[in-house]
Amino acid sequence: MSLAAHVYVHRGPLLVDLHLTVDPGRIVALLGPNGAGKSTVLRVLAGLTPPDGGRIVLDGVVLDDPVADVRVAPHDRPVGMVFQDHLLFPHLTTVDNVAFGLRTRGMSRSAAREQARHWVERMGLADHAAAKPRALSGGQSQRVALARALAGQPRLLLLDEPLSALDARTKLDVRAELRRHLAGYDGATVLVTHDPVDAMALADQLVVVERGRIVQEGLPVDVARRPRTDYVARLVGLSLLTGTAEGRSVVLDTGAAVHLGEPAHGAVFVAIRPSSVALYRRPPGGSPRNVWPARVVGVTPYGETLRIDLDGPVPLTADVTPEAAAELQLVHGAEVWAVVKASEIAAYPA
Amino acid sequence: MTSPLARASRARQEVDGATGVPAVLLLPALLGVLFLVLPMAALLIRVPWSSLGSLLAEPEVRQALRLSVVSASLATLISLVLGVPLAWVMARTRVRGRAVLRALVTVPLVLPPVVGGVALFLALGRRGVIGGPLYDATGISFPFTTTAVVLAETFVAMPFLVISVEGALRAADRRFEDAAATRGADRATTFRRVTLPLVLPGVAAGAVLCWARALGEFGATITFAGNFPGTTRTMPLQVYLALQTDPESAIALSLVLLVVSIGTLLLLRDRWLMRT
Repeated sequence: MSLAAHVYVHRGPLLVDLHLTVDPGRIVALLGPNGAGKSTVLRVLAGLTPPDGGRIVLDGVVLDDPVADVRVAPHDRPVGMVFQDHLLFPHLTTVDNVAFGLRTRGMSRSAAREQARHWVERMGLADHAAAKPRALSGGQSQRVALARALAGQPRLLLLDEPLSALDARTKLDVRAELRRHLAGYDGATVLVTHDPVDAMALADQLVVVERGRIVQEGLPVDVARRPRTDYVARLVGLSLLTGTAEGRSVVLDTGAAVHLGEPAHGAVFVAIRPSSVALYRRPPGGSPRNVWPARVVGVTPYGETLRIDLDGPVPLTADVTPEAAAELQLVHGAEVWAVVKASEIAAYPA
Repeated sequence: MTSPLARASRARQEVDGATGVPAVLLLPALLGVLFLVLPMAALLIRVPWSSLGSLLAEPEVRQALRLSVVSASLATLISLVLGVPLAWVMARTRVRGRAVLRALVTVPLVLPPVVGGVALFLALGRRGVIGGPLYDATGISFPFTTTAVVLAETFVAMPFLVISVEGALRAADRRFEDAAATRGADRATTFRRVTLPLVLPGVAAGAVLCWARALGEFGATITFAGNFPGTTRTMPLQVYLALQTDPESAIALSLVLLVVSIGTLLLLRDRWLMRT
């Protein structure tokens, strides 16, 4: 019993065409840049956007199959959704927002209120049961939205950027809370986000979507360690290069050579962590294997350090301290030498 | 390159410099205001304040006042029952020929009310397209009855409500309706429990506007319903009649209608006057 979906839908010039399988109690995160079609996938699963093809099956029940002319209306699907801005009904109290879905599914007013109150207490919102949405903080309104989606035991939970409406500080708390609440949910969950940290923290399985297609999927830790597209690499802070390996050396598509700690063969991705790149004004002494000339094309603050974007035969990103940056005079256009230990370079089959 | 700060301060200077109005615009503007305000001022100046109470207490006047309030309220009620669903259809469905529908609904807004009265007569009169068969079958006849007053007022005033509610529906965030759908609400339930509460301010504004328009209705009423004291002689008709026989009474009645108009404006103040 689970979600098995082939989502196929045109959205303007974009064709969204991807397969998703989610087992009960599991959380799949759709991660991708804005406009990749992630939210469209959720709207199709919820029944809000009719698909142009494909087939969506939840717990053995076909929800969408345009070819066979099957389409279950959104209000008849056992689906709960948390929207990006939460979209709590502004004229209803916390309890009535949560009770809404119970009432529409035939429960009496008092029974719905009773059960909604139970959910509200479970979310730690008992003090705000009679509050209107505008009186709630971002984190509180997120919890109400989650309670509203979960009340009535949906078999599929959809979360559309559930944390993006929150400021950075509350986001940490709410993310931890959300994780706890999701752990107690036994249905399938699909989460959409453009924030890799949210995806890594909440999901069992990561699906990276670009231009309507899946470009990579797997365990979050594997995706982070071995990105397969520039987008994912940049998200997890790695420089991603492609080339052909022969033993311990790789010839990049740009023509430059990279030396590895471990041997590899054939077409490979080469991932280099910015913190493992050292910069020098002059070619360093000794005999490091990987030394490349480079030109500084970008300097941006990144936490305590500066992130330096480099162009040259091996395009790289390096993290340096502000002191080092001043000493090396790392301004836009500066010519430097980049050095990376062979043992710090990961290569994996493309 | 100028800094954003310098640019901002220059922009502010330009705005400040724009407060002076050239005479070529100022003079017509002043004349325009004068033209609009003077008649109302004249009305206020000539109000027979001392005898106001007795003038308004006359049975004929009170009868007209009551008839006006009752018929305008009924017209508003009918407009709500028919107009809100009509506005929803116009705002939320993709009915073919929706542009034509909107044009048709808007026609009574610009149609001379007298023509509206004639049209109503031809449709619902004793020999009318619908009124004829109806009269033959049941003996029911609309013209020159209070029902005709209500029908004439509804015809003229309902478009105000429809346009106002349709605007509110279009402005409302439709994603709330999506949220309702994912919570098991079909379109009717969504309309009743989510959409309608969200657009209630727009509905209220439309109803107030509709009521005020119905209260002031003259042309369609006198054409279709006639001018019979007690049954069809509403306030505007009473004013028109009184002006020829008892000007002071006409002024007193006009004052009442002016006060109602200003009251309407105050009720709608937040929606329209504050919008800059």
